[in-house]
Amino acid sequence: MGIDEIIKKCEHLYNDLDFGYVKAWKEKTGGKAIGYMPVYIPQEIIHAAGALPVGIMGGGSNLEIIKGDAYFQSYICHIPRSTIEMGISGKLDVMDGMIFPAICDVIRNLSGMWQMLFKNKYVKYLDLPQNFDPEIGGAFYRYEIEDILSHVSQITGKKVSPEDLKHSITLYNENRKAIKSLYDLRAEVPHKIPTSEVYLLLRAGNILEVTEHTALMAQYMTEVKKRDIKPQDNIKVAINGAFCEQPPLGLIKALESSGCYIVEDDWVLGVRYIQEPVATNKDPISGLVDAYLTKSVSTASKYEDKKEKGEYLINSVKETGAEGVIFCMPSFCDPALLERPMLAAALTKAGISYTSFKYAENTGQFRTFKEQTGTFADSIKLWGGV
Amino acid sequence: MENNKEAVKENSMILQKDMIADHFHNLAQAKENGKKVVYTFVPGNLNELIWAFDMLPVHPEINALQSAMRKKSAAFVLEAEKSGHSEDVCTYVKCDVGMMKRGNIGPTGEKLPEPDLLLLSYTGCFTFMKWFELLKQEYKCPVVMLHVPYQAEGSISGAMVDYVVKQLEEKVIPVMEEISGKKLDYDVLKSYLSASNRAENDLVSVWNSARSKPSPIDAYFGGVYYIGPIFSAFRGLAQCEDYYRTLREEIDERVRLKLGPITPDGAEVKEKYRLVVEGPPNWTSFREFWKMFYDEGAVVVSSTYTKVGGLYDQGFRHSPENPLESMAEYCLGCYTNHNLPSRVDLIEKYIKDFDADGFVINSIKSCNSFSAGQLMMMREIESRTGRAGGFIESDLVDPRYFSAANIKNRLESYFQMIDAKKAGAS
Repeated sequence: MGIDEIIKKCEHLYNDLDFGYVKAWKEKTGGKAIGYMPVYIPQEIIHAAGALPVGIMGGGSNLEIIKGDAYFQSYICHIPRSTIEMGISGKLDVMDGMIFPAICDVIRNLSGMWQMLFKNKYVKYLDLPQNFDPEIGGAFYRYEIEDILSHVSQITGKKVSPEDLKHSITLYNENRKAIKSLYDLRAEVPHKIPTSEVYLLLRAGNILEVTEHTALMAQYMTEVKKRDIKPQDNIKVAINGAFCEQPPLGLIKALESSGCYIVEDDWVLGVRYIQEPVATNKDPISGLVDAYLTKSVSTASKYEDKKEKGEYLINSVKETGAEGVIFCMPSFCDPALLERPMLAAALTKAGISYTSFKYAENTGQFRTFKEQTGTFADSIKLWGGV
Repeated sequence: MENNKEAVKENSMILQKDMIADHFHNLAQAKENGKKVVYTFVPGNLNELIWAFDMLPVHPEINALQSAMRKKSAAFVLEAEKSGHSEDVCTYVKCDVGMMKRGNIGPTGEKLPEPDLLLLSYTGCFTFMKWFELLKQEYKCPVVMLHVPYQAEGSISGAMVDYVVKQLEEKVIPVMEEISGKKLDYDVLKSYLSASNRAENDLVSVWNSARSKPSPIDAYFGGVYYIGPIFSAFRGLAQCEDYYRTLREEIDERVRLKLGPITPDGAEVKEKYRLVVEGPPNWTSFREFWKMFYDEGAVVVSSTYTKVGGLYDQGFRHSPENPLESMAEYCLGCYTNHNLPSRVDLIEKYIKDFDADGFVINSIKSCNSFSAGQLMMMREIESRTGRAGGFIESDLVDPRYFSAANIKNRLESYFQMIDAKKAGAS
């Protein structure tokens, strides 16, 4: 497949809110599918139990909300209303269960709404620990993982051996490695790798079976290296704040066409949540626990005990060569919006410029954003910052 | 218009007012007196432990609501927004940040001491975590996290209790010992827990009094005063026990005399509607808000907001027998730590137990922990009970989101709906 074909495939998966791929996969394999909300779940356990983990990131900009708005007040973000819309309109019937990881009170309460709406489906609120001591938070997280494993095993009818789990971890380690290579390459030659393509590739990872996704990434990497595109006089930026409700693809394209090369971001963060390979040389659940406790990213929904606030962002800015940060946050997103003043203060202290705006997943007009980020890019080019 | 007449106070209210004034005065002198200060949150607070270390607790939500009732919160919220906080987020946080930026003068006019410790009891509200992360930036003092898992399945598992107890043993208590310079004396802790237990019994008696007809209390607008001592700094102290004993006696007397609740104007409410209320109140126009209910003869016989600091009416009591497990179960059991189906069950139970004519949801813009899902809760409760549900929207401490005319209109329509239902039923 050439790049156009790969991206076309990813775009189809991105736009298909009826989850045709998942239906076909289930039919072909006789397996089950478990949906999960942002930001992170250990997909390995779902995979090992013989089910397809499917990342649900709301309905985006193409879904007409007919009933979903009746479930939420105007001051609540958009992702739960489009997710409810998909649920009650039957689009998520293909999921045999849904997992809602701890990220904020809205997603937490959405898990309860799901319990009330879909009484016959498996619904799990995954309480990711905010204590990172292996004997305390680690022990609790193990309990959570074992609980999911036991329920999904019941759904699929597959008893999971440690070897099964090690095998799944290995496959996801390969996938993480492929994604990291793509991100590293984008930071190096962003003019050859538009983020709109990277984004679609990541979103495809929410749907595709992991080995298929890893192979697709490898194909893309091979093809993209052949591209002969000259760099433009753009600035390099890091995006922060879009880890849950996603910006519309049109907004990502608008940012890119405003004079910015995106070299770091936190959208579809779940697939990059664990930053190093998960250990498989011991009890595999311990490997997953350790990965969350010690190898996961810093993000607004996770308590930072020891690190200085903003340290992670500043390091990633430096590592990728970004010249500024764009805070790109969903309206009414408590984690992102409460985090921003702290990160902004840290950036100011480090002499890194930033700008910020809010969006909703169904935002339809991008001109204002483009003008804002274009001005931001110009100011950095002219004066090295604002 | 807000009623500016001086509120009429019962004895227990005077007692409480003195307790609060004393506490803020003690806080103002804390550093002088060598007292260590712990900032912590109301839901899942560990007051008995704080007192056992002879430290003084500060609850930022209480400061925020007290500031709102004294008409100071609007300026604090704006101050925080001016410094980069979004208009979309929790106004308790912004009120607190704004108050800090303006010199940390507490609601009684005295300066609040800086914290020696931020005890982050992460119970039932995600924003708590961000709130103390923000304060940590300002105060540069130690923070200790107590992560309390959510009751997602509607019950407390052994693993959840173990997780909280281990954090208490290995994180919270060692940090408090270090900061206070004292070893935890479990006998002292147990004596505070016993005192809490006795006060909790009296509070439950007060809640249950609303089963009488007429109800002698308003369990929401009056209720927020009743929870004052036990949800804030005083649970575990002898003066807290005294307060609830006095309150219980007052309420028992009102039951005996078949009196309804007393409004801030001093009038007795003639009960026409019995309601259950879900959600926190608006604090910036609290008396005006209450008046919209009592002018129509609406008495709140039970409420969920008054359970954010403990569901004592459902049986929980602090216990000196297993102090850490008991504190863990307390943290796990606060109202907003319950999943939505459990919250629906509880409101349904309240409607039945207290023979309510209906229920009102006051949906708070600032508080996703309460608000997300409330529209669905309303439909579910209406369908289960057949009683009318009303839905109004306001905010905690940002006066820009209290639209008196809209709320009054909605409530008037709601009361008409109850009348129509009652007429239909008869």
